[in-house]
Amino acid sequence: MSKINLIIKREYTTRVMKKSFILLTFLTPVLMVGMISLIVYLGTIKDNKVKSIVVVDKTGLYKDVLKNNESYTFRFTDATVDELKKQEEQESDFAAVLYISDDLSKNASGATMYSEKQVNLELKTYVAGLLNKHIEEQKLASYNIPNLKEMVEKSKTDIDMKTIKWSEDGKDKEASAELAILIGMITAFIIYMFIVIYGAQVMSGVVQEKTNRIVEVMISSVKPFELMMGKIIGIALVGLTQVLLWVLLTVAIGAGVTTFMGGDIDPASIQKMQDMQQMGQMNMSAGVNGEIADFMSSVAGLNFTQLIILFVVYFLGGYLLYASLFAAIGSAVDNETDTNQFSLPVMIPIIFAIYAGIFAAENPDGPLAFWCSMIPFTSPIVMMVRLPFDVPAWELALSISILVLSFIGTTWMAGKIYRTGILMYGKKITWGEMWKWLKY
Amino acid sequence: MAFLEVENVVKQFSGHRALDGVSLEVPENSVYGLLGPNGAGKTTLIRIINCITAPDSGEVRLNGKKMTADDVRHIGYLPEERGLYKKMKIGEQALYLAQLRGMTKKDAQKALKYWFEKFEIQSWWDKKVEELSKGMAQKVQFITTILHDPKLLIFDEPFSGFDPVNADLLKREILELRDKGATIIFSTHNMVTVEDLCENISLVNKSRIVLQGNVAEIRASHKTDTFSIQSVNELKTDDFKIIEQLRKNNLFESKIKKSHTDTNNELLTNLIKQSEILSFQEVLPSMNDIFIQTVSGNSVDE
Repeated sequence: MSKINLIIKREYTTRVMKKSFILLTFLTPVLMVGMISLIVYLGTIKDNKVKSIVVVDKTGLYKDVLKNNESYTFRFTDATVDELKKQEEQESDFAAVLYISDDLSKNASGATMYSEKQVNLELKTYVAGLLNKHIEEQKLASYNIPNLKEMVEKSKTDIDMKTIKWSEDGKDKEASAELAILIGMITAFIIYMFIVIYGAQVMSGVVQEKTNRIVEVMISSVKPFELMMGKIIGIALVGLTQVLLWVLLTVAIGAGVTTFMGGDIDPASIQKMQDMQQMGQMNMSAGVNGEIADFMSSVAGLNFTQLIILFVVYFLGGYLLYASLFAAIGSAVDNETDTNQFSLPVMIPIIFAIYAGIFAAENPDGPLAFWCSMIPFTSPIVMMVRLPFDVPAWELALSISILVLSFIGTTWMAGKIYRTGILMYGKKITWGEMWKWLKY
Repeated sequence: MAFLEVENVVKQFSGHRALDGVSLEVPENSVYGLLGPNGAGKTTLIRIINCITAPDSGEVRLNGKKMTADDVRHIGYLPEERGLYKKMKIGEQALYLAQLRGMTKKDAQKALKYWFEKFEIQSWWDKKVEELSKGMAQKVQFITTILHDPKLLIFDEPFSGFDPVNADLLKREILELRDKGATIIFSTHNMVTVEDLCENISLVNKSRIVLQGNVAEIRASHKTDTFSIQSVNELKTDDFKIIEQLRKNNLFESKIKKSHTDTNNELLTNLIKQSEILSFQEVLPSMNDIFIQTVSGNSVDE
């Protein structure tokens, strides 16, 4: 087995066998799925307590309009709002007070709701919905046109506009901008995380070898460049393994949880959504199923093969670019505390890239997005954000070429600094010193 | 022709010249000592021999041929600053290092088994390095250095950190390796081991070689005409100077210095006139004295 393979194998196995790696790899998807399930679950729990609303109706017109449902009951009283407020302070048996001062068909702002706590949206929507519907019917009736109500009902439509983009092969694909942004941001963020976490691992690995003084032993049997590349590639494989396991585990656990909870929760939550839509006088024709179908067709509309291939390309390209720089820094310093001073200039472009990525999502064809997806220090992150918005092929080719050339360049540079740095002890290193090593 | 020849090697670092025209010849199948104070350039020279750094000028020849990076696999190098991966198990680590030096896994396992048994450390195989003491780790490092049966062994300060028992074990191993055909270069500050082990030495000081040659010859050439005498009667200054004289069990033990022009026999004749002589021995300077004397540039006043 060649020496570099041996080094890669050692870097890979020692890291993958570590308890922290195993724990992190297996716990993260569990936590992710758990968190999402918890949010979904909490969202579907119904507040079973029936809340009572006290209505002070000066007009006396709405007694029949405000109908009780399973969450809210309405109680009509002649007391004034001030009295109710006092009552509320002593002992409250109602959630809110609805005060109707005027005929709402003449004065639309004649209704006010008081409560000690913020009135929740569901209640507000429900009450407003009932009143709106009533006024609407009242007004329609006042026109005295026979069958008007039916006519209006029929004339209601729901424009479910689809966004379809023309692709060159003539097939129309349905696209969803939100989904594109989501996928772009997720992949970009994974690359960002990967560069920061594993880049730092490369750096601390090099520092450890140096402070352990194992490096002298190693260097007598392998070339410094082999040692550096072995470490960088080995750690890259660790990262790929981790991401792959995360994806597989998240999908597996997610599927498991959905089937487990599915029968129990989904109909309830869908029912609830439907209720709310009805109350808000929203049109139901599209329906939840329609939305899901839209979502699925947008997912299918994305070019997944291209996405995955380019993800791996930018993932590795970005990592190699930064990892070699981190290796160079690690080789130049004597201990880990000294790394901060030198790693900051390397961290700044990565952090900049993630912000540029957020802006690029808003305007994926703008000049900032374009230039940042060409500059190799930001392109792995920014290009991933732009990717679901169909980047022209020449831009992709140019960006990848620049990235590849750059990482070859930085690796070569890092190799030179590394070669000198790892055998240098007890010297305070400056940028000037590192520049000199480049020219050795 | 010497096994390893270093010719006129110059190495310049930014700011200072680490080696300035260094030449030496290491005969095959011998132990060669590389001496010198800290910072003299020994480690740089060793790194150049190992092809870790390249000299600015001059060359290193192995068996008469210019050394290439490919020859490095015939070298076993134990650096002064040596370490092991702390979290790795001893056995795995030794295997890893052996494979990096070009051994197959099978050969390495076999050789390791032999050496672990020889050093009686089989039980360490599954231990992690962080569980070992410094001296224990050095034993492992020594094994990994010699495991691939190199023709040339280079030890940089091999004895630092060893207790006397293990240092002695190491000395015996080094001599045994020499007897089996290896050529050994080692650098050290411990002059006693130099006298015990080395046939030839080079003393490096301030980037240059200031003393070079056979240990016995060097010692002879540095003799200070000092003799230690055991006599029955007290000695009195004659043609020689008495440096010190002690009375022990009715006998006298003296250290004397003869005048430079006398031969040993003339001195002895003078001594016999004064007393019956029980023992007569020329005191050769120790390598330690020679080292200090040469490096500090002062002659020893004795």
